[in-house]
Amino acid sequence: MPETATTTDATYTAPDANGHFGSYGGAFVPEILHPVLRELREAYAHYKDEPEFDEEVRSLLREYAGRPTPLTYCNRLTDEIGGARIYAKREDLLHTGAHKLNNTIGQILLARRMGKDRIIAETGAGQHGVATATVCAKFGMDCIVYMGTEDMERQRLNVERMRLLGAEVRPATSGSQTLKDATNEAIRDWVSNPADTFYIIGSVVGPHPYPMMVRDFHRVIGEETREQLLEKEGRKAPDAIAACVGGGSNALGIFFPFIGDPGVEMVGAEAAGEGLDGRNAATLSNGTPGVLHGAMSVMLQDDAGQVEIAHSLSAGLDYPGVGPEHAHLRDTGRVSYPGVTDEEALEGVKLLSETEGIIPALETAHAVAILPDLARRMADAHGDDAVVIFNCSGRGDKDMDTIAANI
Amino acid sequence: MSRLDRTFRSLRSRGEPAMGLFLTNGFPTPDATVPLLHAIDRGGADFIELGMPFSDPLAEGLPIQRSSARALAQGVTMADAFEHAARFRADSTTPLLLMGYVNPVLKYGVDRFCTDAEEAGVDGLILPDLPPEEAGVVTEAAARHNLDLVFLIAPNSTDARIREVDELASGFVYAVSVTGLTGSDIKGSTTVDAYLKRARTLVDDTPLCVGFGIKSHDDAMRLTQHTDGFIVGSALINHCAELWDDDALDRAARLDAVETFARRLKYGSEEPVPEPEP
Repeated sequence: MPETATTTDATYTAPDANGHFGSYGGAFVPEILHPVLRELREAYAHYKDEPEFDEEVRSLLREYAGRPTPLTYCNRLTDEIGGARIYAKREDLLHTGAHKLNNTIGQILLARRMGKDRIIAETGAGQHGVATATVCAKFGMDCIVYMGTEDMERQRLNVERMRLLGAEVRPATSGSQTLKDATNEAIRDWVSNPADTFYIIGSVVGPHPYPMMVRDFHRVIGEETREQLLEKEGRKAPDAIAACVGGGSNALGIFFPFIGDPGVEMVGAEAAGEGLDGRNAATLSNGTPGVLHGAMSVMLQDDAGQVEIAHSLSAGLDYPGVGPEHAHLRDTGRVSYPGVTDEEALEGVKLLSETEGIIPALETAHAVAILPDLARRMADAHGDDAVVIFNCSGRGDKDMDTIAANI
Repeated sequence: MSRLDRTFRSLRSRGEPAMGLFLTNGFPTPDATVPLLHAIDRGGADFIELGMPFSDPLAEGLPIQRSSARALAQGVTMADAFEHAARFRADSTTPLLLMGYVNPVLKYGVDRFCTDAEEAGVDGLILPDLPPEEAGVVTEAAARHNLDLVFLIAPNSTDARIREVDELASGFVYAVSVTGLTGSDIKGSTTVDAYLKRARTLVDDTPLCVGFGIKSHDDAMRLTQHTDGFIVGSALINHCAELWDDDALDRAARLDAVETFARRLKYGSEEPVPEPEP
């Protein structure tokens, strides 16, 4: 077998049959969803290894979404920072402007094979909503996207995109009116329409099998990265990988194929908002174990177990939970999860824009913000030819209003 | 034999369906909870579910979402639930269950929760987002503290699943009437009837109660042809919200109205039949 085909260490087998990643994961859902999730687990288990399904996914990713995305050497960013050689995995160049389409293509093909003709989704920044509306348009399926009213305001461009694509955007008016509440509404819709509805969850969150399935649909990011790195640098793995983490799908997509390479340091940048002591969305720094949206993970909650409202300038990271696999990878020490403030993220937007001509999404800018420290540290540890890759998970067009108002 | 077991046994011997009523703790106000529990008890509740409000109640329709938010906004806590339960228990032998989402229970600590519940005179627990697969975290502590653990079935549950739930459940099996949220409309009567008939043949270890969307005595009587009891939540919550939002009423009038509401749910609009003393 060629080296490029080597992926995850055989010793890393999470999740188990019931969807547990260590003490996290599982399916904490109302009974109505039990048969629905069972049907989904069985369908996914059946199709994921079916060559025809795999080929249809790959073909759409190639011919429609634009894969493979480039692994861009960031020479001016590298010079500016003065540390390891930095590469960007360009998910911002994927159709619709972020990594999200990898997952929605996989899930909609599954939905079609399962005979479900009504698609629902939740969205925060609107990128997952747009990616869902896009595949629904492509396949002529009904699409309803739940979105918090606060997010509809700060990401109005994406609301218009979804509507143009034929989706119905339903405002979630409860609670913090952000991603958490949009997810509540989507789950309520699903509970009310279990027979004909497929819920395309947008991150590695939710009940089993979603965290595993969404990760699997995004692992193409890391698998391509491995091949491209071998081609460009002649090495199997970088010294470090950085990505931003809200629910954590783009991070797991690029991390997962490298989990078994112990030499690869992995860093997930969480949104520290106004600071770890202020309002923030740094779940893995400040959260405690609990059940949110159908899975045991780590979450922001008060002493009474009520879910706390997260804060981040970035709508896509403004979520009080995180995927259960990230909680597990934190506990095992495999991945570290520093917090990045709103202000640092805005600096990240400027840094990447000015040095590389790439305006990153505010979410992605959290990963950019940790590059100076990480790249210098890697150069100190491994010399000048150390390599750091960051997942450039999305482009910043959607955030221009917020960026202009804050920079 | 638990208090719930005795209640179902006695009702069964009289051929009467059990009426379970759900009320959110701390709603409409924290100091109304204990008087409301007594009012629905006087109105004929055979068991009561005291809801522990949660910030993100996934399976609830608007009435219980709003009652939960209203209670939490007034600062109601788990400690209040135990205190209210204990005060109710001091004056009544009607079975009382705590119902709510699992996260606040986990945060409180399962052992501590079950200890405090038993001490407060609570008889059982209903945790709708804790399915049998994940219930291991609670079953042992609940049993040790003499708490019945109710599990739910739904119209889309397979026969095998219903049997599995029946095996595990104590107190009763909670049959969700429709694939929907609490307070949904009960659509297509034939579907509900067929499902409850199926459930009736599969659930034999444990009493079977139907809930979600029951708004009237007629609804209740139709569905309890196939079950040992029925549960009303959202309709009662809506009624309480209206009464407490009506400034013309004083507390006694509101509580009387709630008692009458409960009695009519159980006996219909005719004169109430006096309940025989146990």
